[in-house]
Amino acid sequence: MLTFRPAPGLRDRRLTGQSYNHMVVPMQVLPLQPVVIDRVLGALADATRRDILRRAMAGQKGVAELAAHYPMSFAAVQKHVAILEGAGLVSKERTGRRKVVRTEMEGLRVAQRLLDQYEELWRGRIDRMISLISEEKEYDA
Amino acid sequence: MTVTAVRKDPAALTMTLTAEFDASPERVWQLWADPRQLERWWGPPTYPATVTSHDLAPGGRVEYYMTGPEGDQPRGYWDLVEVDPPKRLAFLDRFANADGSPNDEFPGSEGTVTIEAIGDGRTRMEILSRFPSTEAMEQLVAMGMEQGLTEAVGQIDAILAEDAVATS
Repeated sequence: MLTFRPAPGLRDRRLTGQSYNHMVVPMQVLPLQPVVIDRVLGALADATRRDILRRAMAGQKGVAELAAHYPMSFAAVQKHVAILEGAGLVSKERTGRRKVVRTEMEGLRVAQRLLDQYEELWRGRIDRMISLISEEKEYDA
Repeated sequence: MTVTAVRKDPAALTMTLTAEFDASPERVWQLWADPRQLERWWGPPTYPATVTSHDLAPGGRVEYYMTGPEGDQPRGYWDLVEVDPPKRLAFLDRFANADGSPNDEFPGSEGTVTIEAIGDGRTRMEILSRFPSTEAMEQLVAMGMEQGLTEAVGQIDAILAEDAVATS
């Protein structure tokens, strides 16, 4: 069974006001991995965001520098970066007057494990289905 | 062994899990169709589910929340697409806000459940989960991430090795 802690971006992000953000339990006991999966997949579902991620992986890039690559407003690029940040895939930090985007390798590793975790989630559900059915058989017998 | 197969297909964006039960298709269908049974397996023991509405019909909705150890109550719902008892169920699995309204911030996944008798009173259930974008899944699973990381680490190793040769 995998044990790991989510990237800070994943752990800290507030989920629509639910008190999910302060949990620091290992991921495998969290029931809502699909939420995290969807956040990461949602972040990666957009071609511009994937391109930003690639550029950020190639080295730290200023937000202004990144914005120059896309036919959209600076604000729109900032919004894409914020979504990547929310998924724990990048972090933003200020270096002097520049804001730079850096990939969060921990976030990327988390992304890779999500599918395996999704499988674990369903294996747990199947186990509970089985107990439910066999419980009932004992009762009937 | 109950779970007989798991296939994760990054190109098709799916995970398919197959399980076999020592029960009839009708009995397996009840696990989904009876909200009291559903809430006994949907959430893990630390986050039991409570089903608040359960309209298992095409166009219908199933709403639930789970209760965590700290009292937090994440909510979700299914929008039913196909309901064909006791054989087939297709739904969109989405997230809801604290007030129960749909949370559209993130896409959900699609679930398709197929139930069939396989003889000897046994039943096979296949659960297919599909994620929203091929590119997203490819990006996530197949490429980039680990590979890019491994390459980067490999390059660093190569550079360090060159340095070592140069200074020796």
